[in-house]
Amino acid sequence: MDIVSTKDLVFEYIRRDDEGNPSDVTTALDHVDIDVKEGEFVGILGHNGSGKSTFAKHLNALLYPSGGTVFVGGMDTKDDDKLWDIRSNIGMVFQNPDNQIIGQVVEEDVGFGPENLGVPTKEIWERVEESLKAVGMLEFRKKSPNKLSGGQKQRVSIAGVLAMHPKCIVLDEPTAMLDPSGRKEVIRAARGLNDVEKMTVILITHYMDEVVHADRLFVMDKGKVVMQGTPREVFSRVEELKALRLDVPGPTRIAYELKKKGIPLPDGILTAEELVREIEKCR
Amino acid sequence: MPLILDHVSQIYNEGTKESVRALDDVSLIIPEGQFIGIIGHTGSGKSTLVQHLNGLMLPKKGSVFYNGKDISDKDFSRKELRQHVGLVFQYPEHQLFETDVFADVCFGPKNMGLSKKETELAAFEALRMVHFPEDLYYASVFELSGGQKRRAAIAGVLAMKPDFLVLDEPTAGLDPVGRLEILGMVSELHKKSGLTIILVSHSMEDVATYVERVIVMDRGRVAYDDTPREVFSHAEELKEMGLGVPESTEIAAMLRARGFDVDPKVITEKEAADSIYAALKARR
Repeated sequence: MDIVSTKDLVFEYIRRDDEGNPSDVTTALDHVDIDVKEGEFVGILGHNGSGKSTFAKHLNALLYPSGGTVFVGGMDTKDDDKLWDIRSNIGMVFQNPDNQIIGQVVEEDVGFGPENLGVPTKEIWERVEESLKAVGMLEFRKKSPNKLSGGQKQRVSIAGVLAMHPKCIVLDEPTAMLDPSGRKEVIRAARGLNDVEKMTVILITHYMDEVVHADRLFVMDKGKVVMQGTPREVFSRVEELKALRLDVPGPTRIAYELKKKGIPLPDGILTAEELVREIEKCR
Repeated sequence: MPLILDHVSQIYNEGTKESVRALDDVSLIIPEGQFIGIIGHTGSGKSTLVQHLNGLMLPKKGSVFYNGKDISDKDFSRKELRQHVGLVFQYPEHQLFETDVFADVCFGPKNMGLSKKETELAAFEALRMVHFPEDLYYASVFELSGGQKRRAAIAGVLAMKPDFLVLDEPTAGLDPVGRLEILGMVSELHKKSGLTIILVSHSMEDVATYVERVIVMDRGRVAYDDTPREVFSHAEELKEMGLGVPESTEIAAMLRARGFDVDPKVITEKEAADSIYAALKARR
């Protein structure tokens, strides 16, 4: 079943001049059809201003479509009566870890969501424990969030969302502000949730290497989906991605250079391990 | 005039249980004209270090010298130092506040006491240096793209005509091409204007590609201070510091372990591709 399904999704906003009169209409999303099945790991790529984040904000009804429909767990996000059901299906994690943590102690912060949902106290603590465990942060439960690194804070943010038992987690550039080890921690946590807990994950990112393990990728440009497919399919299209202000993972670029020099490597090499394995076959 | 850090230590919350030695006996000479990269794990002291370069922080121990003068001295003008050492923080677009781009870039030179004309000339020159699109000089900062905002913010610092430009992660949050554009622009500032650039970065690839000298910070100390090639030959040590080497260097090491004669000192993708190609050709 599709946990998320958008049909012909359009989002326009009206720009106004100094007197407040409408001056211009900007189309941020232009007939977008994206379906995400339960249990999938989906990556969404696109340059700054391509519409990725506007798309994400439609998934938990922070924004409503100007045209078309967004279905979350089969519910239309325009249906006001379903607002809380829709939001309980989708957990959102944003870029800046410091804007998402409110508790003085890690476990308090993670418990805030379920407490707000009216979950009984005993169950809150169970959820806090399982969520922190899922992101590898259980040993930090009594710590102050201020003492954590960026990657640890983002994992606490993810745990906070998990504790509300959503069906799908949407991560909107969760690693943009992190150092390389923090980035790895967060991506490992997201992959773990998908592999172990079978959580549906939608990862929006600028870092190509973070989505090489995704089931499917969608590439956005000017509010449209311009490419979709498996990472191997999408990252074989090196020149097209460059024209979209994007890129391919580093090992893919090296393989591409070697191929130009006449080394017979296959298309779609994504990781250092794959590159080394294929080079071994060439000797 | 070089910037000199002489046995600089900085301690936060001194005398309490929470006491942290953010800089621990750091000595560095930063001559004019270099392009330097600073790398280090979060909390390694990078940001504390750069704040000492323009006197936003003063050392608890040791001294920072600019132009032969101790910046901690009472009669030293730190306001003047900040014009010579321009600091561009992370996400500098959050600090754009004027009604339009041009007014924002004028703020620095105006504050320095330059005349209206001098201020405007400095602002125009700075916007040209960062290749800011001319048709957007009078646009509201809200109408700009991520990369354009960042250029405007860098121009605001350049308008004060600094000798040193310190950039704290200037590419954070930008898309891949935006990253390349900003780094290309910074590299050009170094080459054309002879500006000393100090680039704080999380990307080993960027450091390997652009800078001539890398300073590696670890637990408040300078762990390495050398060319990128030398620094990245310490893969194990860098990993222990929570850092790493460029992926190209890593791929070269993996191939060497499998008996390929690939140069272990490659640090860029181009070098890696060339060396792998040569190794494969030699075998055929």
